[in-house]
Amino acid sequence: MSSPLLDITQLRASYGEAEVLHGIDLSVSQREFVCIIGANTAGKSTILRSISRLVPKSSGSMRFGGVDLAALAAHQIPALGIAHVPEGRQIFPDMTVEENLLLGAFTARNARDLPARIADVFELFPRLRERYRQLAGTLSGGEQQMVAVGRALMLRPKLLLLDEPSHGLAPKVVEEMHQAFKTIHERGTSILLVEQNVELALDVASRGYVLEAGVVTLAGTAAELHANPAVVTAYLGL
Amino acid sequence: MSFLQAILDGLLIGGVYAVISIGLTLVYGVMGIVNFAQAEFLTIGMFTAWFAWAFLGLDPVLAAPLSFAVAFAIGWVVQGQLIARVLSAPSVAQIFLTVGLLIVIENGTLLLFGSQFRSVTTSYQTISLSLGPLFISIPYLIAFAMSLACGVALWWFMRASWFGRAMRATAQNPAAARLMGIDTALMYKMAFALGVGLTAFGGAVILPYVTVYPGVGGQFVVLMFTVVVLGGLGSVAGAVVGGLSVGVIQSLSSLFFPIQLQNLVLFIVFILVLAVRPQGLVGASR
Ligand SMILES: Nc1ncnc2c1ncn2[C@@H]1O[C@H](COP(=O)(O)OP(=O)(O)O)[C@@H](O)[C@H]1O
Ligand SMILES: [Mg+2]
Repeated sequence: MSSPLLDITQLRASYGEAEVLHGIDLSVSQREFVCIIGANTAGKSTILRSISRLVPKSSGSMRFGGVDLAALAAHQIPALGIAHVPEGRQIFPDMTVEENLLLGAFTARNARDLPARIADVFELFPRLRERYRQLAGTLSGGEQQMVAVGRALMLRPKLLLLDEPSHGLAPKVVEEMHQAFKTIHERGTSILLVEQNVELALDVASRGYVLEAGVVTLAGTAAELHANPAVVTAYLGL
Repeated sequence: MSFLQAILDGLLIGGVYAVISIGLTLVYGVMGIVNFAQAEFLTIGMFTAWFAWAFLGLDPVLAAPLSFAVAFAIGWVVQGQLIARVLSAPSVAQIFLTVGLLIVIENGTLLLFGSQFRSVTTSYQTISLSLGPLFISIPYLIAFAMSLACGVALWWFMRASWFGRAMRATAQNPAAARLMGIDTALMYKMAFALGVGLTAFGGAVILPYVTVYPGVGGQFVVLMFTVVVLGGLGSVAGAVVGGLSVGVIQSLSSLFFPIQLQNLVLFIVFILVLAVRPQGLVGASR
């Protein structure tokens, strides 16, 4: 087997004095769809934020395509092909949908295919075409999430990090969103998904990690996790 | 002096107020810092233009880009070396720093250039155009036109260029901006340098009708704060509306009141506006 696209070993991360991740091993292979599940405050977002170098204190090894992420600053990460859809969307509310999308391609600003990238986003989320000139802050929650995902796709990323993209959305929109993730994955993008909705996460992902209080307690294929009694009682509420 | 004449004069001078104040609002809008030393960059811009005139024979209006460049360079270093250190510090530390900077620049220019007043002579200084019953002072008109050009250039930069867009993104959400690959520390340097550069540019274009000395910035500092708070702190469009309003209010009040009361009228209007619209005329929108 070839070496994974993203390879994390013994990742520790802290905010101030408090260590939040206590030695995480995690990998994502080329074209793989991986999920991280776990309760609130387990440290899921902190894993993604560590990859994007937004956590000031972290140690251990994080390699992406052979590049040592720890040696880079946050703003240098997208150039490697990592796009991060953060928790709570974090779109730019006082800018138009168009400007939000363009900012997603900031590191690729000299690329000639920006119109084609925007067209791809429209194909995935047709509703954004109607909202193109509107201020992003005036959109509905679901549309804002589409902006956040579309903005990340403008990078044409190799790896897409998704942090609770269905949080607070209506069931119909959640379904639409997960359909979009499947499409994005089928087109060749690797995905690392953090999701509270474990049923949905195990449906779209092929492999997963269970995180508890900063430690990976279980890892396996989606089918294995889905069949695991501990996962069933703790997260599937059966 | 007629009413129309007063409005025209007010608009011409207000355009300059807008440009010297935009920097203050830009820096606040992008990084939440109130730069009390902002007006000192007006002094720097005026001195730069004066020396360019005295030694290179350059018209102050043509020296304006040079004033911009000098202040931009100083601003770049000040942001990178000083302001960057207090970005997440308590606001008391930020106030100490920028007030300290004010004192250093004011006394630095005093030390270097002495306390004498310096002015330029230009061929167009005392000329005015007549337009029916109205008179348009040429130096005021040139200063206004230069300010307008500068304002349009800034508007284009902020709206249509990649770095302008990135700067606005940084203002709205710095963490998300970094996820887009934007070097926010660079954006802060650019915003601060651009902000003080614009103020210095404004300093150069008013040199034909304002004498320069180390304390000249202090003459404008209250006015600049009035302009940006009136328009809405953090809003570039607000600084334009605020600048034009302040110019017109000053000019109109001189029709009815002795010149000493000019600022009194301004502050009465200022307080009334803030009583009705605490967010300023244009609000906090960016
Ligand atoms: N910016 C921060 N400063 C201090 N503590 C934080 C910060 N962000 C998260 N934490 C703490 O780190 C722990 C893990 O948080 P997080 O990674 O957001 O968990 P999850 O995404 O799994 O809900 C929590 O206890 C949280 O309180
Ligand atoms: Mg989280």
